[in-house]
Amino acid sequence: MTEPIVQYRDVCKSFGDVEVLKGINLTIDPAEKVAVIGPSGSGKTTIIRMLMTLEEPTSGDIIVDGVNLWKMEKNGKMVRANEKHLRQIRGDIGMVFQHFNLFPHMTILENCMVAPIHVKKENKEEVRERAIEMLERVGLEDHIDKYPSQLSGGQKQRVAMARAVVMRPKIMLFDEVTSALDPELVGEVLEVIRDLAQHEDMAMVLVTHEMDFALDIADRVLFLDNGVIAEEGTATEVIEHSQNERLQSFLSRFRA
Amino acid sequence: MNTTYWSWERFFDALPFVLDGLWMTIFLTIACFLFALVFGFVWTFLRRIPNKSFNWIVTWIMEFIRTTPPLVQLFFIYYAWPVIPVVGMTLSPVQSAILGLGIHYSTYISEIYRSGIESVEKGQWEAASALNFSVWDKWKKIILPQAIPPTVPMLGNYFIILFKEVPLVSTISVAEILLKANTYGARTYAYLEPLTVVGIIFLLLSYPSALLVQRLEMKMNTRFDKNAVVKSS
Repeated sequence: MTEPIVQYRDVCKSFGDVEVLKGINLTIDPAEKVAVIGPSGSGKTTIIRMLMTLEEPTSGDIIVDGVNLWKMEKNGKMVRANEKHLRQIRGDIGMVFQHFNLFPHMTILENCMVAPIHVKKENKEEVRERAIEMLERVGLEDHIDKYPSQLSGGQKQRVAMARAVVMRPKIMLFDEVTSALDPELVGEVLEVIRDLAQHEDMAMVLVTHEMDFALDIADRVLFLDNGVIAEEGTATEVIEHSQNERLQSFLSRFRA
Repeated sequence: MNTTYWSWERFFDALPFVLDGLWMTIFLTIACFLFALVFGFVWTFLRRIPNKSFNWIVTWIMEFIRTTPPLVQLFFIYYAWPVIPVVGMTLSPVQSAILGLGIHYSTYISEIYRSGIESVEKGQWEAASALNFSVWDKWKKIILPQAIPPTVPMLGNYFIILFKEVPLVSTISVAEILLKANTYGARTYAYLEPLTVVGIIFLLLSYPSALLVQRLEMKMNTRFDKNAVVKSS
């Protein structure tokens, strides 16, 4: 029995009066690939944003590699985590965003090098080699000295993935990474994700609308509805055997 | 005879005398501007401290500085401050000038920084967090390099405005060009020529600077247009 890399324990999140997540319990094993599907507004993105520390849970605990992410011990009491505590854990987590969020004032290569050098204090030459290798892997070796504004959306998203992977996270989060792309560019981004899923032993959580793709690469699928995990299981279990009506009607929209 | 209004002889006599103050004018412009650039950051960061009452106090102080005339502030620092017990301090005219104009302009510069920082997209902050940058590196590597360049033309404008405000410090006896012209006038009873010299000096320096800033602005605009097109795609 392996120790889980991430555990959500009864995690709730409200924005003002709106309760987005109503008690999430979830365990993710190291190297496990999890897809989160569900109608928009169901709280999918919020789940991973809390893990990336971009959003603080209203209640409940998120445990990363045995350590409580949002709470820390101080004088024998559990108190709200400070930035220092968050930084210690955050290094294990990487994220790819819907709108890429590349740094526009840096070249592609610099985008991939800046964090390992300044955050992890790694050797510049080593990082450079690793970054170029990674950019080759996502098929952008000819563009390393270009700026993000010179790339297409699909290329930008591939850079964003290279940038995150170069940090060697134990957990990678993908937040609807193909939603902002023109349809003809979606394929090249999914190919990179597939490659990562097959060859990297990090855990991956994909929030996605690419249903077939998600079901294809995920070890486990979560169907989120109304702020709770309404259904979970392997792709086959969820798609073929689920009795959940909401899930069936949700899936039917993708089979039209 | 003083019956003629204009004398070229006096003009060329006044010219070197007034020009002698030009270095002080330029020095003060640069010194006040540097002071304002640095202190502007202090205001900007003080205002970002997430504490409501503290924020209110800082905003109120800035508002106070901005809405009182710089001349009154200069007089206060030079004449009134020294007599205040405990915190009072006697400053030289030049020190008072740098402090007075520097602080006054720092409140405007801070506003420019703020607009620059707010123009950086939220996603940039999130990406920097996701890559686990420290707060310091986040500002230094990601936010400020994007926030400051677009504000350069605005900063340039304030540099020129500040340059034109420097003659205010003649009132606390700093020997810049206006005071020099006044001194010349008081000595010879002729103000027309020395003051004309002052006007010409300002014109000759301000106008090309303004053109330079304009060009800078155009360059920045095209640079950001290019990005804007891609951002919207």
